[in-house]
Amino acid sequence: MKDIILQISLRSIRIHFLRSVLAALGIVIGVVAISSMGMMGANMTLSVTEELSKMANIVVITAASGSGGGPGGGPGGFGGASDKKISEEEFRDIQKIAEKYGLVYVVYRESDTIKVGDVKGRSTIYGLDEDVMRQIFTLSDGVFPKSTSSVLVGPTLAERYDLKIGSRIKIGDEDEGITNTVKVVGILEERGMSNDINSDMAIIGSEKLFTGIYGNEGEYDQVNLILNDINDSQKARADILDKMNRKETTVNVQDSSRMLESITSSLGTMTTFVMAIAGISLLVAATSIFNVMMMSVTERVREIGIMRSIGAQKSEIRRMFLYESIVLGVVGATIGAVLALAIGWVVVLAMVGSTDYFFLPESLWYIPFAMLVGIAVCVLSGVYPAWRAAGLDPVEALRAE
Amino acid sequence: MPGDSIIELCEVTKVYPLPAGNVIALDRVSMTISDGEFVAIMGPSGSGKTTLLNQLGCLDRPTSGDLFISDRNTREMNDRELTSLRLNTIGYIFQRFNLLPLLSAYENVEFPYLMKHRRPDSSGRVGDLLAQVGIDRAMATHKPPELSGGQQQRVAIARALVNDPQILLCDEPTGNLDSVTGQQIMEMLTELNRKGRTIIIVTHDPGVARYAQRIIKVRDGRVT
Repeated sequence: MKDIILQISLRSIRIHFLRSVLAALGIVIGVVAISSMGMMGANMTLSVTEELSKMANIVVITAASGSGGGPGGGPGGFGGASDKKISEEEFRDIQKIAEKYGLVYVVYRESDTIKVGDVKGRSTIYGLDEDVMRQIFTLSDGVFPKSTSSVLVGPTLAERYDLKIGSRIKIGDEDEGITNTVKVVGILEERGMSNDINSDMAIIGSEKLFTGIYGNEGEYDQVNLILNDINDSQKARADILDKMNRKETTVNVQDSSRMLESITSSLGTMTTFVMAIAGISLLVAATSIFNVMMMSVTERVREIGIMRSIGAQKSEIRRMFLYESIVLGVVGATIGAVLALAIGWVVVLAMVGSTDYFFLPESLWYIPFAMLVGIAVCVLSGVYPAWRAAGLDPVEALRAE
Repeated sequence: MPGDSIIELCEVTKVYPLPAGNVIALDRVSMTISDGEFVAIMGPSGSGKTTLLNQLGCLDRPTSGDLFISDRNTREMNDRELTSLRLNTIGYIFQRFNLLPLLSAYENVEFPYLMKHRRPDSSGRVGDLLAQVGIDRAMATHKPPELSGGQQQRVAIARALVNDPQILLCDEPTGNLDSVTGQQIMEMLTELNRKGRTIIIVTHDPGVARYAQRIIKVRDGRVT
């Protein structure tokens, strides 16, 4: 079926080719901006998710800050979560509940001043069971510690203080006169950010080494559970919380799915924000489409008058101008989509560093999304001009030059 | 030959409100035009004859009074119905031809047909009408600016006739044409009237008015 109204719209675009191209260019830019930003966010989320899911099998149990202190807690109560420890008794309970899910172990942790040669700094000192160390760490150099004066160090710490096998570290503040010297026997492989132990910047020694320096034997900073099956994460968490906190809240349980959730949600917020900024370019495009459509209406007042006088309905006049803006939108959005594939790829490569996830549906769907937004913007920009054109008085319109 | 009334005006008044005061373009005009009549509306510039024609063509509404077309009161019709009346019952021929510049001669004639029937002309009516007014196939592919004034007016006549209207309204149809072409157009209109169409022509040229069976004179918005 020949739609003569569509024909008129297409011809009008053709005779004002340059003007139409410039108007559509705005839409092209808008679509490219929105979809590349969206794809960047999606690729970032996917890559972080993958990174984090490597440690999805870790459940961390810490003492609940509110419990046990009571009214007698005094001013010390302000110390927060780090002041509360998990007792030996509590650990035994946790172990009873959780050992069916995987490996349960305790962690002593303290942040302290360190000194290597003349260089002073701070580091986290962990105290762990020797067997556990062997299970959770991989060494890039050296051996696991066998004595209470030998330690492992993280790769970042080793690099910063130029630590080698055999290097010595003084732990503790010299001004207070309490220092212990330990010897590096092994250097860990890089492990990345994790919610159980951040080993890259840490000094790791045996439990005895730790309690030798800080005391507090049997008062643990955290209990970690390494799951045999990642899918048990929610179940193990619920199980521990349910049994440990029956009378009062004694422990907090943190599984990585929660952390993942919060990181994914902040990345999502960031992506939306960046896309909204990119969306401003579509606003500019909308203005230009609106302008072109108003020009088109003004130039064709007489034509509108003729069409109305020989029996074209208002709806047909509206349709003629809406077609024009839809065509500009569809053409602009299509060109934009093609360019977005190329430009988006470059943006993702530059910002995320990897295009492994680029062709996944989660990433690519931003292209049709941006196209739809672009076309919708065009249609909306065309609504008022079309409505104005249809509302013209035929007699007045016929009189126009 | 003229039969029942096809157009009836009762006290039709048209007032244009302007900052300097109201302009009364039509002042209580009453008249009847019969089916099949050939009427010329004459009067000097600014007398209100084009305003009158716009009323008859339902392009404009009276400020007061009633206009009946085929016994239907246009006052009771909405914009959609008036437009459809223009499409089906009235054919308009303008002094300046008023063809659509983006469409070919053929498409210009086809346009009202498509508006009415919502499908392309398969009966060959558009081509036949163009042939009747002396526009051949090759010429029909041209856009209006590529045609002479006489050719454009012929296309405009074919366009006015495509939906077989009962009434043909002509606003100075020969005003932009040389006398020979003007005469040809007038003969064409006379022929259409002979076949039973009501023709109303606005002109200030007595030579044109000569073709009409009745002359209505308009002066200062009144029929005299």
